[in-house]
Amino acid sequence: MSKFQFPKSIASRPVYGTLAPRPGKAHLMMADAEGAEALLDLAAQDAGLMGKAHILYIPRDTGQTYTDRLRALEPAQLYVGPSFDAALPRLRRVLSDAHMGLQVYLAGTEGLMGRAAAEVTAAGIPLGAVQTEHRGSVARRMQCVHCKGITEDVTTDPFTCSHCGLNLFVRDHYSRRLAAFQGVCIDAEDPGNVPEPVELYK
Amino acid sequence: MSAAPQKAKAGAEKIEVIVSAVVPVNDLVTRFEFRRPDGAPFPPFSAGAHTVVEMNDAGRTRLNPYSLMSDPADSGTYAISVRRDDQGRGGSLFLHRNVKPGDRMTLSYPVNLFPIDLRGRKHVFLAGGIGITPFLAMIAQLEKLGARWELHYACRNEALASYADVLTARHPGKVRIYYDDRKQAIPLGDLLDGQPLGTHVYVCGPKGMIEWVHRTATEHGWPDDNVHSEEFLAPQPGQPFEVRLCKSDMTITVGENESLLEAMERCGVDAPFLCRGGACGQCETDVVEHDGEFIHRDHWLEDDQQASGTKIMPCVSRFVGPTLVLDR
Repeated sequence: MSKFQFPKSIASRPVYGTLAPRPGKAHLMMADAEGAEALLDLAAQDAGLMGKAHILYIPRDTGQTYTDRLRALEPAQLYVGPSFDAALPRLRRVLSDAHMGLQVYLAGTEGLMGRAAAEVTAAGIPLGAVQTEHRGSVARRMQCVHCKGITEDVTTDPFTCSHCGLNLFVRDHYSRRLAAFQGVCIDAEDPGNVPEPVELYK
Repeated sequence: MSAAPQKAKAGAEKIEVIVSAVVPVNDLVTRFEFRRPDGAPFPPFSAGAHTVVEMNDAGRTRLNPYSLMSDPADSGTYAISVRRDDQGRGGSLFLHRNVKPGDRMTLSYPVNLFPIDLRGRKHVFLAGGIGITPFLAMIAQLEKLGARWELHYACRNEALASYADVLTARHPGKVRIYYDDRKQAIPLGDLLDGQPLGTHVYVCGPKGMIEWVHRTATEHGWPDDNVHSEEFLAPQPGQPFEVRLCKSDMTITVGENESLLEAMERCGVDAPFLCRGGACGQCETDVVEHDGEFIHRDHWLEDDQQASGTKIMPCVSRFVGPTLVLDR
């Protein structure tokens, strides 16, 4: 089961839905890891969707689990790449060539959906028109508010900034521009007094 | 509480003006230009804004909203273009027949319910008839910004195509005119499909045209946020009805040819309003009790709110039945 119900939080924290087919001239789908399951579910709802779909997929640690099944959907275009950053030039090119009527579907980890949503909104699609569905890991993309470095796939709270080494508290305060949650030094006033890290949502 | 200053009276602040020019544009449309008596600059406005024109028509106060069509950068002038509606309630006829250069009039401060979304990469304007007026101001504003825009303007015929000559002469590559009498129509589907990502579309014209654009844009996959429209409704006449106003502690009768809002004002109730055309939401009023049918005509309330019988927009909506009690 790749679905996770996030607890209710502050207004800053993104909320995700369930992908549903919408009328459109072209369909851009981007997913990582178990996010492929959301695309498979989406395709099952509307057989006609895939003929106009461009899928960008990052398998991450799921290897070959989903790629053949995605290929079997016969999307108009399927790109499988090693990382979001590797796929980024392609995503930007697709967006720069796109016209109004493009529908965008994002699925998988919060990091992928957030980064893709930032690109899509920068290209002129309002955030409210971008569909998202969380699947798979609940790891977070965190920004250290002190050194500004980004640490990907954070699974514990607190955690150590991969850039400056500070001990950071995982906040739900989110930046859509950076597609990252904010990490704040937890032992600034009493250096070394760091609570035992606990797994997120445990 | 909001930080905005509390106003003494309902509606936007008022501006005293002098009519500086009355210019016939064609058989149906006349332009009215205003300046301030002391020569002071007008309050700045953003393109798409309207002003409510106050008319004293033989003792009866008429308040009609009109889009400001003048260049927002010109602080010395406000201008509106008014289409004469011979079957209307008389506001446009009053302006056409009675208002002369040099007359003193009262306008409201501009209120913008139809702003340009300046995040847009490109702006496509769709005008039907007198719906051209807000776009004249928008075009002036976007030209100064160097922003991308195009106008598709549907008119009945060449003789009634207000400002079409000026627009095509000034912006030959950006303006397309479509004449009904030549069986020309805006190719809406093709227009929507070809636009670059981040385009916004704006429509002002008859109700059917506005609905057509919203419906077609949705079918073509456009986000609602990228489709903007403005339609002022004139209140429609109807059966007189009685209303109990519980805060004011009075019972009033709404006449056949006045709106509920106008009836409240006639009876001295200071009811809130801004657009007087069912668009802005300012006059939303709670219904305490009712026995009868609402005739909701506004663009403000959601369908379920209209069906619930708990809200009414007194500027355009009416009621048929023996009992209506409002929280006003």
